[in-house]
Amino acid sequence: MNNATPGTAFAIDVRGLKKRFGKKIAVDGVDIQVPEGEVWGFLGPNGSGKTTTIRMLCGLLRPDAGEGTCIGYDVLREPEKIKREVGYMTQKFSYWEDLSIRENLDFVARVYGLDNRKQRVQDTLKRLGLSERQNQLAGELSGGWKQRMALAACMLHEPRLLLLDEPTAGVDPQARRDFWEEIHLLSREGLTVLVTTHYMDEAERCDKIVYISAGRVVTRGTVREVIEQSGLVTFVIGGPDVRRFIPQLEGAPGVEHVAFFGALLHVSGYDRNLLSAALAPLKNISGLEISETAPSLEDVFIDLQRPRRQAA
Amino acid sequence: MSARNATQGFSPARVIAVLVKEFIQMRRDRFTFSIMVMVPTMQLLLFGFAINSDPRALPTAVHIADEGRYARSILAALRNSDYFDLRATAATPADAERMLNDGDVAFVITIPTDFTRDIVRGASPQLLLEADATDPAAASNAVAAFNMLTENALSDDLVGPLGKRKAPPAFTAVVHRLYNPDGITHYNIVPGLIGVILTMTMVMVTAMAMTRERERGTFENLLAMPVHPFEVMLGKIIPYIVVGYVQVTLVLLGARYIFHVPMLGSLLLLGSAIGVFIAANLALGFTFSTIARNQLQAMQMTVFFLLPSILLSGFMFPFRGMPHWAQAISEILPNTHFQRVVRGILLKGNGFAEIWPNIWPLLLFLGAIGTLAMLRYRRTLD
Repeated sequence: MNNATPGTAFAIDVRGLKKRFGKKIAVDGVDIQVPEGEVWGFLGPNGSGKTTTIRMLCGLLRPDAGEGTCIGYDVLREPEKIKREVGYMTQKFSYWEDLSIRENLDFVARVYGLDNRKQRVQDTLKRLGLSERQNQLAGELSGGWKQRMALAACMLHEPRLLLLDEPTAGVDPQARRDFWEEIHLLSREGLTVLVTTHYMDEAERCDKIVYISAGRVVTRGTVREVIEQSGLVTFVIGGPDVRRFIPQLEGAPGVEHVAFFGALLHVSGYDRNLLSAALAPLKNISGLEISETAPSLEDVFIDLQRPRRQAA
Repeated sequence: MSARNATQGFSPARVIAVLVKEFIQMRRDRFTFSIMVMVPTMQLLLFGFAINSDPRALPTAVHIADEGRYARSILAALRNSDYFDLRATAATPADAERMLNDGDVAFVITIPTDFTRDIVRGASPQLLLEADATDPAAASNAVAAFNMLTENALSDDLVGPLGKRKAPPAFTAVVHRLYNPDGITHYNIVPGLIGVILTMTMVMVTAMAMTRERERGTFENLLAMPVHPFEVMLGKIIPYIVVGYVQVTLVLLGARYIFHVPMLGSLLLLGSAIGVFIAANLALGFTFSTIARNQLQAMQMTVFFLLPSILLSGFMFPFRGMPHWAQAISEILPNTHFQRVVRGILLKGNGFAEIWPNIWPLLLFLGAIGTLAMLRYRRTLD
């Protein structure tokens, strides 16, 4: 599946990336093509190979197999060039906690050999609202501020591509929203972004999403495409105490999974007739409202994480 | 992009980047910093004042079976020597043996029956010294002194009947040692301390500095940046070279003004030799840090290396007293060569030609270990 229109320049263009650690295959033939200037979401359960893929993209890990380019440089032969023009934000905060925000940025600016260092650091601090805290030690910052500082540090050298590994984990909703506004702003300036996340609302903020499981790409496309490709049918049941029906529905034929969210019971499956049959006994209970709905991204992801299903 | 420094090769600017970062971190980490100042001070005082491999005033018991005048001369001579502290008199040989056995005394001196009469008759009586030799180092000098003392005491007495009226002879233990005629231990220990302190702190701090990056996750970030391993190593090592020289200065000041250690050779030459030695230790610490997975392992490796550096290097025990296999091991250790260099320069006034045989092994060590460190420092996370 290739979502690119001909003639589009790709910031990331890799095929068949593989990486194994000992006997465990972490990434098993991943293809990703991200056109320049787009924001892509990279999703999948824990341990599915997202971090490993990102590390291969930014030259931190050497792929065992596969080929391709990242911002025009060969991922196998030119990792040092990639490092210069990619901003990589690690999953765990990886700046120096015993340095202040400003000292961290100064260090990064010196390592990248940036000109007008002071001015640049000043501007970046200002842009991300860090000016007042610049002398605070990074280790004393809360999660949201740390993440903001990390973003400042990895875009200081004006990278062409940002690889963000779960940037918003453990960050409050307001800080997450601010963060995404900044991402979209950067994207409008021409920056390409690949971001991993476990949040559905964040996935919906991306131009496209790639979902991987056990080291393989399971599905990709816009949110709408991913939902359509899933072939999933979802019914919602509303009413008092609907959760009591979970046990009986979970075992019923045709029901793939049952989830309770938004005060509604989401019952999903692939066969509309079987699902209707499973729901038939509930139709006579007063106070319950049953209706078919478009599956949400969350329904699709819960379904994708089930071990049984591999490819759409 | 225009903003970026386009050079791909070695960049002093990036070394400075790492260097500045290390200095800031060192300044923030007050604990480590104070340890690095405390270590030389503590060791200087402990080794300089507390440890003495030529102990005096060792507790001694005498068993006297003869009250003659020669016996009394011997006792007087022993009393005048500061090696022996004649604090007990044993009534019987069994009593004496018990005191030695219990550790109440380190020596028992037995003057046999008819000692004076036998000397007058020329029968050459035996004077017995029983030494607690569990610590041979502690006993050996006293034993040597004993032989000398008794001989002098008797020869003076035997000059003639009038000999006894002469002023009492000055009984001194003459122990002949070159370069340290007074046998002062800290002349040997204090310069040697420089080697031990530098080995300890230099290997440890670099081993920890790099492992700390890995443990805190900042290593991944460092790898993702365009900085060459050699630049990281230099930037991390230089601040500690400065720290090393601060430590050396502390010890040398102590050596000069507290212990009055002679400084015969050139301090400039010593300073240069110290530079090579520090670099060798830092390279080793850096290599450790590429092997150790966490700071605890780095610490363990440092201790593992430190023990032979103290015990086998000739700092504590005479190098020539060791078996050949131990000597072979210690020839690899930088501290072995450095001990010879520092003592040679300070105590013997050695020049470059004399110390060169011990400088090139240090350079060889530096080159080999430095290369190993570079090879082991991976630019990827694989």
